[in-house]
Amino acid sequence: MEYLDFRTGDPIADTKAPAGPIAERWDTRRFEAKLVNPANRRKHRVIVVGTGLAGGSAGATLAEQGYHVVQFCFQDSPRRAHSIAAQGGINAAKNYRNDGDSIHRLFYDTVKGGDFRARESNVHRLAQISVEIIDQCVAQGVPFAREYGGLLDTRSFGGVQVSRTFYARGQTGQQLLLGAYQALSRQIAAGNVEMHARTEMLDLVVVDGRARGIVARDLITGAISTHYADAVVLASGGYGNVFYLSTNAMNSNATAVWRAHRRGAYFANPCFTQIHPTCIPRTGDHQSKLTLMSESLRNDGRIWVPRAKGDTRPAAEIPEDERDYYLERIYPSFGNLVPRDIASRAAKNVCDEGRGVGPGGQGVYLDFADAIARMGRAAVEARYGNLFDMYARITAENPYETPMRIYPAVHYTMGGLWVDYDLQTTVPGLFAIGEANFSDHGANRLGASALMQGLADGYFVLPATINDYLARHPKSEPVTDEHPAVREVLAETEDRLALLLSVDGDRTPDSFHRELGEVMWEFCGMARTAEGLRTALRRIPEIREEFWRRIKVPGSGEEFNQSLEKANRIVDYLELAELMCLDALNREESCGGHFREESQTPDGEAARRDEEFSYAAAWEFTGTAPVLHKEELAFEYVHPTQRSYA
Amino acid sequence: MKLNLRVWRQRNSGAEGAMATYEVDGISPDMSFLEMLDTLNEELILRGEDPVAFDHDCREGICGACSLVINGDAHGPERTTTCQLHMRSFRDGDTVDVEPWRASAFPVVKDLVVDRTAFDRIIQAGGYVTAPTGAAPEAHATPVPKAAADSAFEHAECIGCGACVAACPNGSAMLFTSAKVNHLNVLPQGAPERETRVLDMVAQMDAEGFGGCTLTGECATACPKGIPLPSIAAMNKEWLRARRKVK
Amino acid sequence: MALAPSKDTATAKGSASTRDASPARPPSRTPSRGFWSSTIGKKTVMAVSGLIMLAYLVAHVAGNLKVFFGPEEFNGYAHWLRVMGAPVLHHEWGLWIARIALLAAVGAHAVSAYQLSRRDIRARPTRYARKRKGSSYATRTMRWGGIILGLFIVWHILDLTTGTVHPGGFEEGKPYQNVIDTFSTWYGNTIYIVAMLAVGLHVRHGFWSAAQTLGVGNARRERVLRLLANGLALVLTAGFIAVPVGVMTGVVN
Repeated sequence: MEYLDFRTGDPIADTKAPAGPIAERWDTRRFEAKLVNPANRRKHRVIVVGTGLAGGSAGATLAEQGYHVVQFCFQDSPRRAHSIAAQGGINAAKNYRNDGDSIHRLFYDTVKGGDFRARESNVHRLAQISVEIIDQCVAQGVPFAREYGGLLDTRSFGGVQVSRTFYARGQTGQQLLLGAYQALSRQIAAGNVEMHARTEMLDLVVVDGRARGIVARDLITGAISTHYADAVVLASGGYGNVFYLSTNAMNSNATAVWRAHRRGAYFANPCFTQIHPTCIPRTGDHQSKLTLMSESLRNDGRIWVPRAKGDTRPAAEIPEDERDYYLERIYPSFGNLVPRDIASRAAKNVCDEGRGVGPGGQGVYLDFADAIARMGRAAVEARYGNLFDMYARITAENPYETPMRIYPAVHYTMGGLWVDYDLQTTVPGLFAIGEANFSDHGANRLGASALMQGLADGYFVLPATINDYLARHPKSEPVTDEHPAVREVLAETEDRLALLLSVDGDRTPDSFHRELGEVMWEFCGMARTAEGLRTALRRIPEIREEFWRRIKVPGSGEEFNQSLEKANRIVDYLELAELMCLDALNREESCGGHFREESQTPDGEAARRDEEFSYAAAWEFTGTAPVLHKEELAFEYVHPTQRSYA
Repeated sequence: MKLNLRVWRQRNSGAEGAMATYEVDGISPDMSFLEMLDTLNEELILRGEDPVAFDHDCREGICGACSLVINGDAHGPERTTTCQLHMRSFRDGDTVDVEPWRASAFPVVKDLVVDRTAFDRIIQAGGYVTAPTGAAPEAHATPVPKAAADSAFEHAECIGCGACVAACPNGSAMLFTSAKVNHLNVLPQGAPERETRVLDMVAQMDAEGFGGCTLTGECATACPKGIPLPSIAAMNKEWLRARRKVK
Repeated sequence: MALAPSKDTATAKGSASTRDASPARPPSRTPSRGFWSSTIGKKTVMAVSGLIMLAYLVAHVAGNLKVFFGPEEFNGYAHWLRVMGAPVLHHEWGLWIARIALLAAVGAHAVSAYQLSRRDIRARPTRYARKRKGSSYATRTMRWGGIILGLFIVWHILDLTTGTVHPGGFEEGKPYQNVIDTFSTWYGNTIYIVAMLAVGLHVRHGFWSAAQTLGVGNARRERVLRLLANGLALVLTAGFIAVPVGVMTGVVN
C-alpha cells in the first residue's frame, strides 16, 4: 500500500437533508422518512458497536422502539466506555439564563467554531436537539449541578459568550454515560438488547453491497464469532490513539471504523484532530497516556511563561515584569479564553522558542494566584477542587501554591466515517454515530459539544433515521457463515491474527505504537508543513514494513491476550495514520485544528482558503492510491468569515 | 528505583494460580503503578514470557477498570484508583504484592483480571429510571432541592470498580449497591420506582453470591471515590421501608 | 442472562469448547425479594434480637448491682423476679415469658449469625497474601466473640440457674450465696471476666451496627450512636465485672 499518491474522484453529496428553511429540515426529514410497523420491529436486528454516549443511548433507544439490538463493547462493562472521562459539560440552547442564547446562536457558534467546515443542516439539527437531551438526561436521574432554588446550573465554557453548559461537577461525562448505561441496562434486563461485553469488532460483513454483520473476537476466550443483522451502527469513538500519547483511554481504538473504511465506507477529514491545550505535561518515556484537565480552568487561571529563554527559576521567584502572559498579550479581547487550537499553538510556539517550563521545557504555567487573591481559596476550591486534587496526585505539586504546568495533547478527532444527514455511511445499512463519524464539528469542536453530539446522535437522530433504511429493506436474506463474503472476511481476520502471532520478532507492540505516535505528533500534530507531512508519509510505510517483520506477540489467539489485542489495533493505526497525513497534505489551508504553516495571515494567524477548500474530504479505500471525493459545503445561513480573536 | 514484585499469575479461570516474583528496575517515582507494570510487561514480552494481564483503560481514575490489590490494599496505599497511584508512594527495594480482587462473585479471568459482570446485573435488576427516550418532561418542570441533588451526586460518583467488594472481608457489595440505590432514590425522578428498585437490586446482589455486610467499614476506606459508609444504612432504611410498602 | 450469546446468532469459530471457559456466569441463585432470604432481612433479625438481648442485659446489670446492698435486698430482688406481674400473672410466669423471649432472641441471633457467616466465608474464599489491619478489634471479633458468649450463656445457666456445674452446694432461692460460691473459684472469675469483656466488645460494634442495619444511622447521628455504643459497652462490662471484683476484694461476702 503506497499512499503518497491519490486521485480525485466524483464529488459526493448529502442527498438526505431536505431543502427548505433550515429550522424545518429535521421535521421534514422525520416526516418523510418511512416508518417500520411497530409489530415488525422486533423482527429487525440491529448491531451496535460501542457503548459510550452515542452507542449506549442508541442501543437503549432502538430497543425501546422494539428493535432487537445486539451490542458490543471491548470493556468488561458497557459503563466503562471512554465517554465516561469527559469532564467539562454539555451544551444546550435552553436559554435558562436569559442571556440571549437560542438554537440559532448555538448553531451559529458551532458552525463558526468548526471554522466553516461542517454541514449546516447537521449542525442546526444538533442545536435543535440539544434542548431535548437535557430533558431526557434529567428524567433519567442524571445529577446535574443545581442552584439553591433547585433549578439547573449552567456555566459558560470555551470562550462562548453565553452560559449554556450544563455540568455535573468535573464528571459530566460519567454522569451522562451512567444515564445511558442505565437505560441500556433496563433493555438488557428486558431481553431487548443482547449485550456482548469484552468482545471486540474486528471486521465488517458486507453482503450484496449492504452492511449485514460483524466479525468479533471474544477477548476472554479468543473465539472469533460472526454476528448478523439488518443494519450495523458503529459508535466506536475517535482515533486519537494513532498519536500513542493522547487523552483517549488506552484501549480506545480505530479498528471498527478503519475496517469499515476498508470495506467501502468513506473516511472524511481524517486530518481534523483537536489538540487540547490544558493537559498535564509528560514526565518521561514511560508515559502511557496524557491526562486532560477541564478547560474551564482557563476561566480563572492565567497562562504565562518566563520572558527570558532558559529561565529555570521556580515560578515564585520570577517577578511579575519578567513573566509573559502571552495569550493576554497577543489576544487582548479573549485573553486566556481563546479557542483550543489557538491556545495550543501558542503554547507550542513559546516552548519552541525555548521558554517552556518544567522537565524538558514542554509546559507552560497556568497560574491561579490572582484568582485565589480575588475570590479566596475557598471559592477556587469549590470551583476546581477536584481538578486541583487530580493535578496534585499526578504531579505531587500543590497548585494552590505553585502554578500548574500544562501542555497540549491530542484529545478529539473531528474526522471520521463520512455520513449523510441520516448518519448513514457510504455502505448502505452501515451507520456511524458520535465521534466515529465526521458530521457536526467541522474542523474544530467547541468545548462541551462532544457529549451533546454523541447523545443527539444516539437518543434522537439515529433512532429516527434508521427506520427509513429498515423500512426500505423489510426483508433481508439470511446470512450464514457459509456465504462467500463472510468466509472471505473470516479468513482475512484469522489470517491477520495468525500472522501477528507467527512473526515472533524482537519488538513489542508498544514500541511500534510509540514510534508511530512520535512521527504523527511531530509532523501531523499542532502545526503541519508539506515537507513534514511528506516525511511522515515516507516514514509510516517504513514503520509498517518493520512492524510486520519484527513484531513480537506472545501467547496464542485462543486465550485472553492483551498483546494480541494491542498489536491488532496498531495494524490499523499504521494504515489510518497514512491517510491522516495524506489528507493533511492535500488540505493546503489552515482551518480549525488543522494548521498548515504555509497558510497564515501576515500576522501569523490561520488562513482559511474557502475558494479551494470549502469541502469535506471523503476518502475511498482502494488498496492502492485512495480516491478523494469532495463534498462541497454551502453556507446559506452562517457566512464564512475569517476568525479573528485578536 | 528497584522493586521486588510478587504478582498473582493464573492462566485462566479454570487454572490454579500462584504468586510469581519479578524484579523491576529503573522505576521512576513519576510513573503510575500501571506504567510500572507496562515496563515489566515490555521486558516479559522480549524475554518470550507471557506478560501480566491486568484491566485498565482511561488511566485517569474515572472508568473504574483498574483493579489491583497492592500489599493487601484495594488500589494500594493511597486513596485513589490504581492508575492514579504513583511510584513515589513506594520506596526503593520494597517488596510489593499485587493480587486480583478476591471474591467468589468476581472470578479471576486471568492473572489480575476479574469478572465484574455481577455489578452489571445488579444495575439491570433496577438501577435505572424508566424514562424512555422522548418521553421526558421539560427539565425545569421538577426542581430538585440542592441537598437532594448533592446527595444524589455524591452517590453517583461511584465508578463501579469493585474495590469495596475486594476490601470487604465478606466480599459484600453493599457499598456499591447502596451508592446506586441512593443516587436514584433521593431524586424525585427516581421516586416512582423507589421501592421496587431497592428490593430488586438487593435481591440480585444476594443472588450473585456477595457476602452480607458486617459494617467493618473496609469498603468505605478503600473506595477511591469516597462513597461514605452511611450509604449502607440509608439503603437498609430504604429496603425496610420498601418491605413495609410492597406486599 | 442476556450477557450470554444465544446460539442462533453467535457462531463460535475455532474450538467450541473455548466458550465454556467464559466467566460470564449466571448468578448462583435466583433473586428473591423475600425477607429471610435477603442478607438485609437476616441482618434485621440479628439487629432486633440483639437489641432485645441488650435491653435484657441492661436490666440484668442493674439487678446484679443489688448484690452490693447485702443478701436481703439481692435475694429479695431474685424473689421479685418470680412474682413479677402478679397478681395478673401466676408465679414465675413473668419470668418464663422473659426466658422464652430471650431464648427466641438468642436462637434467632445465632441462626442468622450462622447463616450469614457461612455466606460471608463462601463469598471470600481466598485470602490476600498480605493482610492489612483496618477495622477495629471489636469489629473483627464479632464472630468469635459471639461464639464465646454463646458458650458462656450455657455455663452461666448451668452454674447459677440450674446449679448443675455450680461449685459448692447450690441452693435454690439463695442467689447471694451462690454468687459468692462461683466467684470464690479462680475459674469462675476467669470465665466470667473474659466473657464480660467479650460482651463489651460485642455490644460496642453490635449496637452501632444494629442502628445501621435498621437504617437509623446517618452521618449526622454518627457521633451520638458511637458514643452510645461505647457508653453501653462500658457500663455493662464495668457493671458486670464489679460483682466478681467485689467478691474477690471482700466487699461482697
